Amino acid sequence: MSQVLADEVALVEALRAGDESVFSLLVSRYGGPMLRIAQLYVRSPAVAEEVVQDAWIGVLNGSTRFEGRSSLKTWIFRIVTNKAKTRAAKEGRSVPFSALGTDEPSVDPDRFRGPEDRYPGHWASALPSWAPEERLLASETLALVEKTIGGLPPAQAIVITMRDVEGFDADEVCDALEISEANQRVLLHRARSKVRRALEEYLDEA
Amino acid sequence: MKPETELTCAELVELVTDYLEGQLPEGDRRRFDEHLAICGDCRAYVEQMRLTIDAAERLPDPELSSELEQRLLDAFRGWRSPS
Repeated sequence: MSQVLADEVALVEALRAGDESVFSLLVSRYGGPMLRIAQLYVRSPAVAEEVVQDAWIGVLNGSTRFEGRSSLKTWIFRIVTNKAKTRAAKEGRSVPFSALGTDEPSVDPDRFRGPEDRYPGHWASALPSWAPEERLLASETLALVEKTIGGLPPAQAIVITMRDVEGFDADEVCDALEISEANQRVLLHRARSKVRRALEEYLDEA
Repeated sequence: MKPETELTCAELVELVTDYLEGQLPEGDRRRFDEHLAICGDCRAYVEQMRLTIDAAERLPDPELSSELEQRLLDAFRGWRSPS
């Protein structure tokens, strides 16, 4: 076991022993991300808070089972996504993770030359540059990204949040959400393509 | 290479995630790279997808309300190991 994972096992042991400072540390580290993911399943902010609270009880109750085989963050996220999924189902709002069926194209088909063109399927006009990067990382732009993710179909929103916002790798996401790798990739692609599109529209106007 | 096996830009944009994830089969990956080598717009597109991922990574964590923090702390204090 790596040092990091060994340290995390020690943290969980301290938590089980009732160490409040460790609890506060873990809440400040993971509480915000947990709330964000819960919110994508249940929508109501009050219910999302209840899911986070249930998840912490689940973490405490399950603490003897944390053996450092995955990172603590992965383990906690598996618990919060399960609690959120159960709660959403109870409210008649289960999240379909099937990526079957077609979605809108990643890019508006009008952006490409038509079949009668000499170069069908090629860009009809040049893509503008997004430089400088400061503009992209301005808080207003990030707020747009967050809003766009919040408006995606829930399964896409959850996958892009876990992968790109929280930085989990594909295996961890498939494991936590119990979906196949190919399904995960389709959902991620649809989500990223839509966020890119929203950014393009926003940056073009600015 | 036969022209009919070349990727169009419209096809490439649907493969970007598979490409960035390292999940394109070898032949497709080669065609993808060959297309990028000659198409500045598709290079710009792939760069935009990378920047989109960067922006998502930079989203600030939501803050927990102090009321929720207190509720969590109360729940922790009231929790007893089930064993």
